[in-house]
Amino acid sequence: MATRAKRRSAKPKRLTKKDLNAMYRNMVRIRRFEEKTDEFFMAGRVKGAVHVSIGQEACSVGVCTALNDEDAILTTHRGHGHSIAKGTRMPEMMAELLGKSTGLCKARGGSMHIADISKGHYGAHSIVGANMPMATGMGLAYQLEGTGRVAVVFFGDGASNQGSFHESMNLCAIWKLPVIFFCENNHYAVSYHVERSTSVKDISVRAQGYNAPGVTVDGMDVVAVYEATAEAVRRAREGGGPSLIEAKTYRFFGHSRGDPQFGPYRTKEEVDEWRKRDPLTIAAKMLKMTEAQKKAHLKAVDDELNGAIDFAEQSPEATLESALEDVYA
Amino acid sequence: MREITFVDALTEAHHEEMERDERVIVMGEDVELAYVFGVTKGLAEKFGRDRVRDTPISELGIVGAGVGAAMAGYRPIVEIMFMDFIMLAMDPLINQAAKLRYMLGGQLSVPLVVRTPGGGGVQYGPTHSQCLEAWFMQIPGIKVAAPSDPADAKGLMCAAIRDDNPVLMVEHKMLYKMKGPVPEGEHVTPFGQAAVKREGTDITLIGVGYQVHNCLAAADELAKEGVSAEVVDPRTLAPLDTGTLAESVRKTNRCIIVEEGHLRSGVGSEISAAIQEEAFDYLDAPIGRVAALDAPIPFEPRLEDFVLPNTANVVDAAKKALGVSV
Repeated sequence: MATRAKRRSAKPKRLTKKDLNAMYRNMVRIRRFEEKTDEFFMAGRVKGAVHVSIGQEACSVGVCTALNDEDAILTTHRGHGHSIAKGTRMPEMMAELLGKSTGLCKARGGSMHIADISKGHYGAHSIVGANMPMATGMGLAYQLEGTGRVAVVFFGDGASNQGSFHESMNLCAIWKLPVIFFCENNHYAVSYHVERSTSVKDISVRAQGYNAPGVTVDGMDVVAVYEATAEAVRRAREGGGPSLIEAKTYRFFGHSRGDPQFGPYRTKEEVDEWRKRDPLTIAAKMLKMTEAQKKAHLKAVDDELNGAIDFAEQSPEATLESALEDVYA
Repeated sequence: MREITFVDALTEAHHEEMERDERVIVMGEDVELAYVFGVTKGLAEKFGRDRVRDTPISELGIVGAGVGAAMAGYRPIVEIMFMDFIMLAMDPLINQAAKLRYMLGGQLSVPLVVRTPGGGGVQYGPTHSQCLEAWFMQIPGIKVAAPSDPADAKGLMCAAIRDDNPVLMVEHKMLYKMKGPVPEGEHVTPFGQAAVKREGTDITLIGVGYQVHNCLAAADELAKEGVSAEVVDPRTLAPLDTGTLAESVRKTNRCIIVEEGHLRSGVGSEISAAIQEEAFDYLDAPIGRVAALDAPIPFEPRLEDFVLPNTANVVDAAKKALGVSV
């Protein structure tokens, strides 16, 4: 039943300096997109709920760099970073946040439901843990197809306590499905610290209960995330089944909306300590990047971002009639 | 016409649709041996265990996996062994399957079928006897079918598999062994078309699923007293063919709705509202509702019979609407 014909080369590629530069660029794209989103939210221009992933960019980029265009991701309410890293069209994504008719979800989904199927992005799913059974089903489909595609599901430390995680891990393990469970352990489920919520210190050990490989990596190091993911992808493409990767990471911002960066459940000192390990700084050091090079990245990203914002602002509002469309196929 | 059982009609639908479309796959607990009610018999041998697979007892996981496989282009059928267990899979059904197409701006569809046996009469008690159709007909984005005979079971099952939307197929346990005529060859029953199961002129009895048979039995009883009852089966609850139901009421001027779910906020509540909106001026009596009494379904046979609707309840409700003393 393992993957059949047409399997792609499973060997992970070695990262070149060009790759690393592209990864850095992608992290800046996420950072700037989310800074702008937060600004727009505070100004009342982006409505609803917004959860930014600033601080967790290495997870998004490290994982998606190890994937092909045809591979799938499923993400969470905190999914802007994963979306951008997977190649989601930024203008249409910004249009979605601003509630425009040209938005990826036609202004019905908003920040918590971004999807771009044309890029292998099968949706942000904002019920915590709900995306894991879906990833299981996508993995089943890919196994039946035999094309060597994989599905990656992003989730947090909080979701690792949902029944859906455990049911999905077991299903993927017994059927050897090409699914990668990528846990961004950012240490907080809203305000609840992982040490209080979770029975194990390293969530990756839960893989043992499902006879699957589990590994914990530094989620602030984009290369470490890439390497762990590339190995899991290789195994999945070869019919070796699921893997669990836990990336220890941190969100520099609050949980959502007006939640402060520090306050009732975490201290300024703790936030400052993690900010010293900013994934962009770590990557820039690795690349021995000059200030001028950093500025050039920033300039290019801001040009792209401004273009996306222009597109979104100039797009028409969604019509009221459109609120009743696409309910049924 | 040949006669086959309700369960065989469903099995036949699976065989034909799986032959027709290799993207149709089946998942569920004990489906390979078709060990509980037998609907999936012969499928694993014929189509292989890639396409027909047993699952662990993980209702949330397997319905969610059905959603995912549908998102990836397959047409999964997931069996939930008892309708009561569907509570464990409400999130993938309601928060995902029913909403994904809409929420993702029409970028994909979710052609998933979840089949499940509901209903009582077999002394399984409160957590294995429920009819929960009313919950699902409230949710935009999911369709609900409740066939009452073998021909509709096959026809609606084939239509459900071919439908690009998520469909919940509710199969009453008491129907599985019931025999009836089923046309040979391809037989697809479109959703949203109620069927008049018996013509009459004095009162309309609308039955849901197995309760169609209580309506038919009640019509026989009423006929003995010179009352001509029409029995109408909506067949699908979402979409609901209110046009055909109201048309019957405009002819008979009286209506009783019979379901096995609970009375409060039940299927009958919705149908009753629709009929008064479409045919108020034609009604000569208040619309009557017969349903399970508002208690869980008890195990002990006498108690179970008392809580579930029966033919006498339908006859009594009809006589009341007709102004005949009971």
